[in-house]
Amino acid sequence: MLNYIIRRLLIGLVTLLGITFVTFLTIESAPGDIVELMLWERPDATEQDRERLREALGLNDPMAVRYVKWVGKLVTLDFGESIKTGEPVTTMIRRHIWPTASVGIISLALAFLLSIPIGLYSAVHRGGIFDRIMSTNLYMLYSVPSYVIGMVLILYLGVELDWFPIQGMHSDNYEELSLGGKFADQAHHYVLITICFTVGSLAYYSRFVRQNLLEVIQQDFIRTARAKGLSESRVIIHHAFRNTLIPFVSLMGLTLPFILSGSVILEHMFNWPGIGWLYMESVMSRDVNAIMGLNFMTAALVLICTLLADLAYGLVDPRISHD
Amino acid sequence: MGMLALAFLGLLAVIAFFAPMIANDEPIACRIEYTRADGATTNKLYFPGVKETLRQLPWIGPALFSAAPPFSRMDFKFKKHFKPGRDWAIMPPVPFSPLETSGDRIQGYSGRHWLGTDELGRDVLSRLVYGTQVSMRVGFISMGIAALIGLCLGAIAGYFGGWVDMIISRVIEIFMCFPVFFLILAVLAWFPPRIENIMIIIGLTRWVGIARLTRGEVLRLRELEYTAAARALGAGPFRIVFRHLLPNALAPALVSITFGIAGAILVESGLSWLGFGVQAPNPSWGNILRDGYGLMATSPHMIPPACVAIFLAVLCFNLVGDTLRDVIDPRTRGRGA
Repeated sequence: MLNYIIRRLLIGLVTLLGITFVTFLTIESAPGDIVELMLWERPDATEQDRERLREALGLNDPMAVRYVKWVGKLVTLDFGESIKTGEPVTTMIRRHIWPTASVGIISLALAFLLSIPIGLYSAVHRGGIFDRIMSTNLYMLYSVPSYVIGMVLILYLGVELDWFPIQGMHSDNYEELSLGGKFADQAHHYVLITICFTVGSLAYYSRFVRQNLLEVIQQDFIRTARAKGLSESRVIIHHAFRNTLIPFVSLMGLTLPFILSGSVILEHMFNWPGIGWLYMESVMSRDVNAIMGLNFMTAALVLICTLLADLAYGLVDPRISHD
Repeated sequence: MGMLALAFLGLLAVIAFFAPMIANDEPIACRIEYTRADGATTNKLYFPGVKETLRQLPWIGPALFSAAPPFSRMDFKFKKHFKPGRDWAIMPPVPFSPLETSGDRIQGYSGRHWLGTDELGRDVLSRLVYGTQVSMRVGFISMGIAALIGLCLGAIAGYFGGWVDMIISRVIEIFMCFPVFFLILAVLAWFPPRIENIMIIIGLTRWVGIARLTRGEVLRLRELEYTAAARALGAGPFRIVFRHLLPNALAPALVSITFGIAGAILVESGLSWLGFGVQAPNPSWGNILRDGYGLMATSPHMIPPACVAIFLAVLCFNLVGDTLRDVIDPRTRGRGA
């Protein structure tokens, strides 16, 4: 096991290096002069300004030198300063990570907690009314992109019925509210965006649980468990469901990139000051350092989650030996 | 359900190709009297809609079918020159072009504009029809690029193994870590957001899943006896991979490609919604959604059509993908979704 972990970590390190390379290349691949592109909304910039910017970006060095310098700074988690505001990118990320992380965790927990009973019940009563209605509905929900769900929710629950706020994390009078009022206000703002984040993964997870359970139920050890007279609920929960948990755990690790991808549009739509929102702002102002920092950070995060999922695989299922 | 979805996708493809005959401000067929600047009058039969449709054929289209005068003239506007009684015309079911502005701004659903108009008075249904064209093009072309890269790299990695496999596998792993949308946006920040660029970028970031599946499949196939037989007959590695292994490894990749098309359509609409996709005034489902989002508070009529279009297209590609998977994988056959 220890061997496996070490090997996995070493491969992870190589991957991480590859991630820095791809990130660097995406920015390098930009056609023309980055400085010109960055200043294209500022025609008043003088040749001196250009030179200063070029120097500040380190563009006068050859590419390999810049790459090594950049990676060298990465080791200390220094992504440089935002070109737009001059603020360190790390500070910016720290400021914006909570809105995304909180929504992500809540929606993941919701999806997890709801999908298991739905999937279990559907699988056990396969072909029943609940299963058929749920299967159809979940399939459709799974095909609705989260931003379309967001649009519909904003349109009907936000604008027409005016039940939920549709912009930002809190109301304008947030500072004047009492502690309880602040909490209620924030919770109110969380509702719609959390639903958007949840629906897709809920549909996917439920289908996944159902499908896997159906596969497991057909296996011999389930027949054995039934034959020795265990109650049906014990067979399903203790014997069958536990075996579906294994791929489920790794699945949760793999959904992270999708959550992050979806966050760009959803956070832009809800004016939600999270990572996706920050990314969109950085892209619009062509803030190279912020784009590179965010790209690297999200990819590294995904890598860590996949690693953890892989390791968890081994912990959940002792049959999987890693040596 | 799979067949129904496939039929609907066929319908979408037909709509996409025949868009100039479905929504256009020029007629499918007409006879119109036209007086040229030099005073000569012509009275001829024209098929501008048909010609515009055929012009879309790749390569041969523009060469073979050019619009004849007066329809090729910039100052000629069919609707202005058309005189009922003197001329006749068969108009498309939606007699508006997607770029044609009018005084009827921001109108709801009506008999004249079935799905209403936007803030410039453009017909939403017409824009939706041309949006279908954009979505289908992006879906198929970008996944075509992705499939080309994915199949080749996957097959090479699977067949040759060793350090080739190790490098390709690492690259796959690296790309798996990036949230695709982040990468696409990062590149689009520097490139002009043209539809060709979007297709290429989606293609370059979406091949990973295909490559992984192909690699696994080729890895399995190369151990089979017929591969050994092919090798014994003196076939070179190139021939074995591309003639014997890839055709048999295609099935799982095909499922992934089908889902990928749905994904590409989603990405394109998402990009257009953010303003990084198809640029105004050209229509795309994402653009319609974007325009509708801005007008939402007063007139929400533009949002449902675009939402339904995106949803149905994605749903159908998913359904077809699932059906394909069930057909290919006999374990799940007859079990339903």
